[in-house]
Amino acid sequence: MIPLNWLLTLSGVLFAISVAGMFINRKSLILLLMCVELLLLAVNFNFVAFSRYLDDIDGQIFVFFVLTVAAAESAIGLAILVVLFRERRSINVEDLNTLKG
Amino acid sequence: MLVEILFWVFASILVVSALAMIMVKNPVHAAMLLVLCFFTSANVWLLIEAEFLAVVLVLVYVGAVMVLFLFVVMMLDINVEAIRLRVTRYAVVGGIVAGIVVFQIVSVVWTRSLGIDVTTGAQAKPPGYSNTAELGKALFTDYVYPFELAAVLLLIAIVAAITLTMRKRPGLKYQDVSRQVAVRSRDRVRIVKVEATRPDAPSEETKP
Repeated sequence: MIPLNWLLTLSGVLFAISVAGMFINRKSLILLLMCVELLLLAVNFNFVAFSRYLDDIDGQIFVFFVLTVAAAESAIGLAILVVLFRERRSINVEDLNTLKG
Repeated sequence: MLVEILFWVFASILVVSALAMIMVKNPVHAAMLLVLCFFTSANVWLLIEAEFLAVVLVLVYVGAVMVLFLFVVMMLDINVEAIRLRVTRYAVVGGIVAGIVVFQIVSVVWTRSLGIDVTTGAQAKPPGYSNTAELGKALFTDYVYPFELAAVLLLIAIVAAITLTMRKRPGLKYQDVSRQVAVRSRDRVRIVKVEATRPDAPSEETKP
């Protein structure tokens, strides 16, 4: 069997890559959404690994719910993206300055 | 031994495709590389005997969410070069943050015992064990209310996505249900009092 710390390290590396992706792609909204998906996948790795090694099925139930919420989030996020592009003809984050925040 | 070799192969594919995903300029290529990431992750989950979640990951993510991403990426006409202007300045900061994250996680995972024996790994399940059946038992007994809530959440997501993206074109003919319901009989029917006349009697209009 695969040792637990291999899996946790792989999950940590994935998490770090997606965090770096958020810095690199910080102007494109759609690539930011993709990085969020990758980040949630890295978190799910931890849940599955611990669920397997503690022999407790509840961790996998949580992965199930995280997948549900992530699917809903990406559906609504992409809908907002489509509306935004229709209004502004751009998905650049720096163009979204209407609220002057 | 074979499992360990497969794990290293899958882990390298996963890390390389994730790195390529955040580096490529074209969003379509990024989406395809993310599909590869999800598929490889499903394989790793199969290796640690989480079969149901591996299948769900392929079905839900590769089959639905990533197709939605590709659909949106191809529908929007994004100017890629204008978005990626000053990439290198933030790449340095991102690399530093990612390095710190990896350092912290590795230092925690590899130096401290987590209360369970992390070096040998769990025992393999017996041949008759069904991951799907166990997951189903837990989902429909202890977690039945969260399960229902998740269903409601998905319904809300459907309604919200359709409401947001629905567009009213100016020339479109459609029924306004609230106006249909709010209509009253006196807006549509006008009752006129007409003087009763005999059929043989000459009426006012026919008189010259």
